[in-house]
Amino acid sequence: MYQYDNYDQAMVDQRVAQYRDQTRRYLAGELTEEQFRPLRLMNGLYVQIHAPMLRVAVPYGLMSSKQVRKMADVSRRYDKGYVHFTTRTNFQLNWPALETVPDILAELASVQMHAIQSSGNCIRNTTSDQLAGVHAGEIEDPRPWCEIIRQWSTFHPEFAYLPRKFKIAVIGSDEDRAATKLHDIGLHLVTNHEGEVGFEVLVGGGLGRTPIVGQQIRPFLEKKDLLSYLEAILRVYNRLGRRDNKYKARIKITVREHGINHIRELVEAEWVQIREQLELDEKEIERVKSHFVEPDYDATAAEDESFAKTLVEDATFARWVKQNVVDHKVAGYKVAYISLKAPGVPPGDITADQLDLVAELADEFSLGEIRASHNQNLLLSDVKQGDLYALWLRLEAEGLATANINTLNDMICCPGLDFCGLANATSIPLAKEINERFDDLDYLYDLGDIKIKMSGCMNGCAHQSVGHIGILGVDKKGEEWYQFTLGGSSEADAAIGQRLGRAIPKDQVVDTVVTLIDVFKELRHEDELFLATVRRVGVDPFKERVYADN
Amino acid sequence: MQIIKDREIIEDKWLHLDDEAEVIAGNFTISLTRWQAEHESLAKHESGLGLRLTGEDPLEEVVPDLANFSLIVLNFPAFTDGRCYSFARLLRDRYGYKGEIRAQGDILHDQLFYMTQCGINSFEMVNQQRIADAMSAFDDFSESYQTTVLKPEPLYRRR
Repeated sequence: MYQYDNYDQAMVDQRVAQYRDQTRRYLAGELTEEQFRPLRLMNGLYVQIHAPMLRVAVPYGLMSSKQVRKMADVSRRYDKGYVHFTTRTNFQLNWPALETVPDILAELASVQMHAIQSSGNCIRNTTSDQLAGVHAGEIEDPRPWCEIIRQWSTFHPEFAYLPRKFKIAVIGSDEDRAATKLHDIGLHLVTNHEGEVGFEVLVGGGLGRTPIVGQQIRPFLEKKDLLSYLEAILRVYNRLGRRDNKYKARIKITVREHGINHIRELVEAEWVQIREQLELDEKEIERVKSHFVEPDYDATAAEDESFAKTLVEDATFARWVKQNVVDHKVAGYKVAYISLKAPGVPPGDITADQLDLVAELADEFSLGEIRASHNQNLLLSDVKQGDLYALWLRLEAEGLATANINTLNDMICCPGLDFCGLANATSIPLAKEINERFDDLDYLYDLGDIKIKMSGCMNGCAHQSVGHIGILGVDKKGEEWYQFTLGGSSEADAAIGQRLGRAIPKDQVVDTVVTLIDVFKELRHEDELFLATVRRVGVDPFKERVYADN
Repeated sequence: MQIIKDREIIEDKWLHLDDEAEVIAGNFTISLTRWQAEHESLAKHESGLGLRLTGEDPLEEVVPDLANFSLIVLNFPAFTDGRCYSFARLLRDRYGYKGEIRAQGDILHDQLFYMTQCGINSFEMVNQQRIADAMSAFDDFSESYQTTVLKPEPLYRRR
């Protein structure tokens, strides 16, 4: 993975010093709350209902074991001994004291981590495919490009006060595990007719109150032009994006109001002016790529016979492998998901002790690296098949071997009313109830991939509008109600879910999920997946039954 | 009033003239509206002439007239309004403007580093008491990754 040089390190160290001084000025009364707010936000510090929340960037979801150990250490010393992973592969500390945040940031800087631009109306952490570099069929590893974007976007002087936040995601294959079509800019590494690899560029995707699927602004961009094209889009947006209404300030609204063709004309006109000046040097591309070279895989890994044997001997292990382990591009290696959706645990949460274990297992079995996914789970990306059983036993002992990846219980869920100042309704307790109701794993496996996403308010942090089943908490005269949508997707077939009907009271939410699943089971063709069934039959059969029951 | 110009605290030598106010003999700035209405007479002004712009103004329409102005004032109605960062870069990088570019309005100490990178070289701070404190902000960071007005080569070419 990318290693800081003296320049990178100086920048994060200087940021800590800058933020330390900003915090001092705020505490001394030299900065008002209003003046301090954007400064703390650009360092990832929110003030929530109970306490501040610090969001730390995990660039494109990649962490070293050393960094994960530091996360555990920081969460013990400055917080309550756990952290929360987000859908954009960052992690959050939910209870830090405002006064200690500069110290936390200094600790993180010592392992090349930071909270720069993890909030605020600026370019946020760039995200990617959690299987980058290890899955077969990839056109090119997107991570070097994410790092190039990270450096370009870090402290970009022109784009620190955009109309609204700005998110970029990059993938290197046809499958989309990073929800790129729901980002302000989505970049797809593609091959053109001449066989050259470059980027397809999408713009104007986004979730929140007005979910919109991004549109193509350029079918093919040469790699060397990446930064000039991004800069052109950002400059057009910085000048044109609405600043009168924060709900209309995202680039998705700019694109919708002006039309993709007009935006394209403006961007291309800007681009030709800066293209040459910002052209990336081949040397720089190679420098960054050199941090992501393929490791020396063990050519004998596939000769192992113990894996096949343990699969037969231990049914629980076999079930975990079936659900949580995916193929690696190198024979004899596997990718193991560590589910952060154990029953009774808020989705995405992991304790300090578990983090330490994950770091230890990464060192022992997976080249010392850990990845976070958009679905709020962790992965060990380079495990020899012969090591999987030993790995599983140790995960199982610490409650980290829940075999529910991509099942209905692998929910994305926001913190909800219990923690968040914006929420209208609770979400985590409902996720827990759903989890308890669907506690038969074999039943879950039979249902296949079902993505439930649940948000406690219209801001849609859990991306409910692109859930196969989306659940949105709304406030009705002080009571919590829930609006269901069906048929959404954040993947290559991205779509915004359709409303099921009127909102449902809190005590009927879990029953409604059960009804939806019952209808699916009746209408499903053999092994058809939930999303396919919904798209084939529409929402009406589901609607009839849900509202007949209510 | 004191301002910061080229990293020094100096006494301001400019007057910002309202659209209705009478023209004076010394240095003054005018709005784009006034420039458009009275450019023939204003162009003959013998002392310094400055133009005030906001992020709403059509920058490109002013470009042919830039030679008339020894000062461009960019207004930041709220520090969160970042449009004029792009204006400053365009004025310097694309339109070759060499005169003074001044930030005015809701400017905090913490924006000075970014503004300087974008080519703004003078600052009217609202809080005159803290103007000396702000001087340290120019050195918050020793490097920037990007191609900026101050450093036309990206960091990676210096690595």
